[in-house]
Amino acid sequence: MSILINKDTRVVCQGITGQAGSFHAERMLEYGTKLVAGVTPGKSGTTHHGVPVFDNVLAAVTNLRANASVIYVPAAFAADAIMEAAEAGIELIVCITEGIPALDMVKVKKYLSNKKTRLIGPNCPGIITPGACKIGIMPGYIHKPGNVGVVSRSGTLTYEAVWQLTQRGLGQSTCIGIGGDPIVGTDFVDVLRLFQEDKETKAIVLIGEIGGSAEEEAAEIIRQEITKPVIGFIAGSTAPPGRRMGHAGAIISGNKGTAVSKIAALKNAGVTIADSPADIGETVARVIEQTGFFE
Amino acid sequence: MKLYEFQAKDILRKCGVCVPRGKAISHSHDASKIFQEIGVNRCVVKAQILAGGRGKGGGIRFANTPAEAQSCAAGMLGTHLVTRQTSQKGIEIKYVLIEEAVSIKKELYLAITIDRSLQTPMLITSAEGGMEIEEVAKKSPDSIIKEPLDIFFGVHPFQARRIASKLGISGISSARLNNLITNLFSAFVNNDCSLLEINPLAVTVDDELCALDAKMDIDDNALYRHQEFEQMSQYQDLSPVEVLAKKYKLSYISLDGNIGCLVNGAGLAMATMDIIKLHGGEPANFLDVGGDASLEQVTQAFKIILSDSKVKAILINIFGGIMKCDVIASGIIQAIKEVGIHIPLVVRLEGTNVDIAKNILSNSGLSIISAKDMKEAASLVVKASK
Repeated sequence: MSILINKDTRVVCQGITGQAGSFHAERMLEYGTKLVAGVTPGKSGTTHHGVPVFDNVLAAVTNLRANASVIYVPAAFAADAIMEAAEAGIELIVCITEGIPALDMVKVKKYLSNKKTRLIGPNCPGIITPGACKIGIMPGYIHKPGNVGVVSRSGTLTYEAVWQLTQRGLGQSTCIGIGGDPIVGTDFVDVLRLFQEDKETKAIVLIGEIGGSAEEEAAEIIRQEITKPVIGFIAGSTAPPGRRMGHAGAIISGNKGTAVSKIAALKNAGVTIADSPADIGETVARVIEQTGFFE
Repeated sequence: MKLYEFQAKDILRKCGVCVPRGKAISHSHDASKIFQEIGVNRCVVKAQILAGGRGKGGGIRFANTPAEAQSCAAGMLGTHLVTRQTSQKGIEIKYVLIEEAVSIKKELYLAITIDRSLQTPMLITSAEGGMEIEEVAKKSPDSIIKEPLDIFFGVHPFQARRIASKLGISGISSARLNNLITNLFSAFVNNDCSLLEINPLAVTVDDELCALDAKMDIDDNALYRHQEFEQMSQYQDLSPVEVLAKKYKLSYISLDGNIGCLVNGAGLAMATMDIIKLHGGEPANFLDVGGDASLEQVTQAFKIILSDSKVKAILINIFGGIMKCDVIASGIIQAIKEVGIHIPLVVRLEGTNVDIAKNILSNSGLSIISAKDMKEAASLVVKASK
């Protein structure tokens, strides 16, 4: 068990012949992901890394029953690519693309609001169920199948946390990067609920950062609905206000979105906070030992 | 990207929003001419900086004659304005805006921003204009009116009527409010704003609604489709180092400490700053080289850190996923070859091609302190910086 993806997920890669799309399509195939099709307008009938390429997503869905999509198209075309995949009936869209204008995403969210499609990202590393399916850009080898669910707004910081877990022998059920933009398809609350329902997930790691109020909203849901132990880390305690720290969403505006407020909210909800990013793995191990949750 | 008040007002004027007549200048000798062109007997001279709190800092003055306008402008241009939103050094005033002083009955607050939780544009307004909205939120939270706007519809007339009634506006002003919000919303959407704030929005003695101030932040991600702002970016107050970083698409923010950081990924870069602080040090910068930086970008990034004279030690923290560790290693060596290094360098590498990278570094003959993980890296670099 896992959430959202498994060994049977059939993936189409939008932008498969582009530099990033091509590189990561190959990595996904190596990992064992069922990458059944690629999409590049004008390249229908060709193959790339042995994968058939279509002009549009609908053709990939009709011909090869793709039910998940991963998007590597440039920012200017990414919003359209997301809507195309949703229109074609794709259930899960993972958008890796960074730099999509916020108002484009507002329109996309509105477009998706009456569809069953789930969007992860944009500006995210993707989602992986270790040993079964990898949709995204994360290095596969740092993961290990197991029982810790990981959800994060970051990319490399997630790798750091996962690596700390794996080195301690703590495998992961599913790891999701929800993305660093102000407007994302799937938020902490959605993922927390999925992890709560998933039998395989025994503990949850939540990695947040400054900006917005997604962590505070997560804290509220953790308090009300989540019975599994949650371990958290918030990046950006030392970030100055008013500056965008790399991610479009990582900005303290006025006194809103500070690490202090997020950490307080999570602690109040019973989340164990790792004070140092180097202690995430250790903190998870300690919490598991205390709660005996894995027995 | 933030726009100056005069740039934002020019855009609003074109969108049909009422703004005071005026013009921005960079030489004080143009002031009296502008005063005469405006053709009123009272003007306001406003320092143009990208920070608030100008009034209390002395950056807004009234002038009753062309000569007064000239002396106000001369007193501001080239000086540094210190407000509670600037550093102690203040910001150099490169432009002043001279515009007609408007007779007002009432000051309101009105802004459009993107609500991250509701994922929609949000109109925020209050009858208590003229002070910062954060203060209003503290003092009288009930006076703040929020109204979500539909990205495709914009403002509905019923929403505008509801807002007018809450603001205590009636008659002709109420109809004008509907127009104003419609125009502001199209300015917001057409220019890809992340914030458009009018504070104060004046109700004039003639019941006009006039934007006395304007703050406009443009979504950086949307700049590719707004070439008109490219011309404006020359006005922006970036340090030479930040301009260089921008050129090489590096995400760089200068800070006050003495430990330079080079990291891949924004989250890990923030976490690296945090762990330095936890170990008793102070980061000199935030620097994210991005997910798949080239050799040239890494070299430039390292040179940017080395060019900062307050940096006493450097920490490189890389978790290679897509970013290959050997590219980082080669970039570091390239930069050191070009500019030399006289301060301790702590390197922590993990991930893709880490063994190749470690070989490259150890064969380079450079004295590099290598760390096995983040914790050790932080403790070593803090020690080295003291």
